[in-house]
Amino acid sequence: MKNIWPILIVDDEEVMCESMAAWLREDGYRVDTAPDGRKAVELAQSVDYAIYFVDLKMPGGMDGIETMMEIRRRRPEASIIIITAYATVDTAIQAMKEGAQEYIVKPCNPQEISLLVSRILKLKKLQRENAILRKKLNRQYHHHDIVTKSPRMQEILNLARDIASLRSTVLITGESGTGKELVARAIHYSGDRAQRRFVTVSCAALTETLLESELFGYEKGAFTGAAAQTPGKFELADGGTIFLDEIGDISPKLQADLLRVLQERCFYRVGGNEEVRVDARVIAATNKNLAQLVSDGKFRDDLYYRLNVIEIRIPPLRERREDIPILAEHFVERIANELRKEIAGISEGALKVLMDYDWPGNVRELENAIERAIVVCRNGTLRECDFSLLERTASGREPWKAPDLPLAELERQAIIATLERKHGNVKEAAVSLGIDRSTLYDKLKRYSIPR
Amino acid sequence: VTALYVTTVGAAQPEALACIEAAVAEWFPFPVERLPALAMPESAYDPARGQHRSVEILKALVRAAPAGAVRLLGITEVDLAIPMLSFLFGQAQLDGPVALVSLCRLRQEFYGLPPDPALLRERAVKEVLHELGHTFGLTHCSDASCTMSLSTHISLVDAKGEHYCSRCGAHLARRFASLNGGQA
Repeated sequence: MKNIWPILIVDDEEVMCESMAAWLREDGYRVDTAPDGRKAVELAQSVDYAIYFVDLKMPGGMDGIETMMEIRRRRPEASIIIITAYATVDTAIQAMKEGAQEYIVKPCNPQEISLLVSRILKLKKLQRENAILRKKLNRQYHHHDIVTKSPRMQEILNLARDIASLRSTVLITGESGTGKELVARAIHYSGDRAQRRFVTVSCAALTETLLESELFGYEKGAFTGAAAQTPGKFELADGGTIFLDEIGDISPKLQADLLRVLQERCFYRVGGNEEVRVDARVIAATNKNLAQLVSDGKFRDDLYYRLNVIEIRIPPLRERREDIPILAEHFVERIANELRKEIAGISEGALKVLMDYDWPGNVRELENAIERAIVVCRNGTLRECDFSLLERTASGREPWKAPDLPLAELERQAIIATLERKHGNVKEAAVSLGIDRSTLYDKLKRYSIPR
Repeated sequence: VTALYVTTVGAAQPEALACIEAAVAEWFPFPVERLPALAMPESAYDPARGQHRSVEILKALVRAAPAGAVRLLGITEVDLAIPMLSFLFGQAQLDGPVALVSLCRLRQEFYGLPPDPALLRERAVKEVLHELGHTFGLTHCSDASCTMSLSTHISLVDAKGEHYCSRCGAHLARRFASLNGGQA
C-alpha cells in the first residue's frame, strides 16, 4: 500500500499532468495534479504530499522555482522534484540551491523516475520512523504523552504536574490497564526528581520473603544464596521515586515494614542490624478497593492513610469514551510502524465497534486489539472484520439480569451507585442518570440518601 | 456479458495476435473477439520526438469500443510515449475500459538483435496481461515474478512471469465474479 504517500504533479500542460498521474497511479500511489503554482500551494495547505513534481516553466504569476519556494515555506519537509524540458546548468543549480531534492529533464527514462520516487520514499519512511522512535523515547523519559481529551484525565494530568515536585506519597487507583504506571512516570519525570531513578516493583509478582529482600535488600549471608550485600529497590530509588504496583496484595508483615519506611524513612536490610536511610518518594498503585480491604481487616488502616495522602483515581476507558478514537489512532500509528505495515486508518464501522465495546481491560486491551487488527488486516484500512474477536467477546458476556427487587429499591440503589461514581457530585450524577438536578434532589430526600 | 475485444491500431503485423488472444482467453472468463484494425489517429504522432502519444491512442480506443464491451485491448507497432517519459511498453486506464500494448520495444530488432518470434510472443503476452490487469483495478505488484510487477526496462519484462501471483489472481477473480453478476 503506497497510498499513504500522496504525490502532487504541477504542470500547466494537462496531458503532461494526467499521463504522469496515470502512470504513478498504476504504481499504487495517490496522485493529485495542479495546473499552476497557486493551485499547488493551495493543495499543499490541506494535504501533506510526500513528493511534488513541479514544472520549471509555467505561464502566469509563478514559475516552478517560486512555486517550490512557496511550498517549502509551508512544508519545510517537502521533497520537490523540478521538471524541465530545457536542461540548462544554471536553472539546475538554482533549483538545487533553493532546496529542490532533484532535477529531471523530460522526457525521462521510466526506470530513472521509478528509482527516484522509491529513493525519496525510503528517506521519508526513515524520517517518519525516526519521528516515531523519538516520540517513544520521550514517552519513557518525560511525559506529556498521555493521549487524552477527557476533562477528567486532563484534571488528573494537571494534578500530576502540581504534585510532581512534592515529596508526598501518592496512591493511584484504577482498573487494570488504565495507565497507572504511566501516570506515576508522568509525576516522576515532570518533577524535581526527574534526573534520578524511577524504580518499579510489582508487589503481586513475588512471595513475601522474596518481596522483602527485593524491597529492602539483604546482607551477605542473610539466607542461603545471599553471597554478597545487595541493595534493595528502596536504596536504588534513593533521591528518586519508587513505584509500588499492586500494593493491595502485600502481606501484613510487609505492610508493617512499609509503614515504618514511610514514617521513619529508614529500614534494615534483610539480615542486617544497620539502619539504612533513604529519601525515596513513594507512589503506590492498586486496582483493588483499598478502603474496602481496610474495613475487611485485610489492609492496615494506618498504612492506608499514609499512602493515601494524595489520591489519583484513573477512570476506566468506558467512562471516557471520547478518548477511544484518539487512542486508537495513536496506537495505529505506533504499532503499524513497529510491525512495518502500512495502515491508512480505521474505517467508520470499525471505530463504531471500538466505541461500543466496554473495554474491561481498558487502554491496554485497546492497544492489544489494535495490534491484533493490524496483524490480520489485509487491505491497509482496519475494518470491522479485523476486530471480530472483540465482537465475539462482547456478545459472549452475560446479559444484565434485573435483581428481584421493588422498582423503588432499584432506583434508590442506582442513585447511590451513581453518586458514588461521581464522588457525590449531584449535578454530574443527574446528568448521568438523565434526570433534572431538582428531580434528583427530590429523590434523594424521598429515599433519605445522605449526600 | 459481451466480449473482451482485441484490435490492432495502425499498420500491424499480426503474428503475435493469435498467441495474445489465446492467453487472454485463458486468463479472462469472457468471450474474446477480434475487431477490424483501427486507423492510427493523426493527432497521435509527435514529430519532435518521432514517437506516438499514448494518451491520444487510448482516447481513440475509448471511442472505438463497442457498446457493452467488457474491455478493449489495442495492439500497435508504433513506439509509445507520454510527455514525462521517454517511452512506454503499454498503457491502460486504471479500472477503465481500454488498454494498449506496443510491440515496438518488445522486438529484439529494436535493440539491434536478430528477430526472435518466440521471445516476442512471450513478452507480448506478459505486457497484455499486465495492462489488462490495470483495467481491472490492479496496481503494480511487489512480487517480482508476477506479471503485474513494474517493468521499466526490457530485462525486467523478461525477468517476470507470464502469470498473475495468487494475490493479484484473487483480486481478478473477485472482479470477474461481480462483472458476471455472481455467475462465475
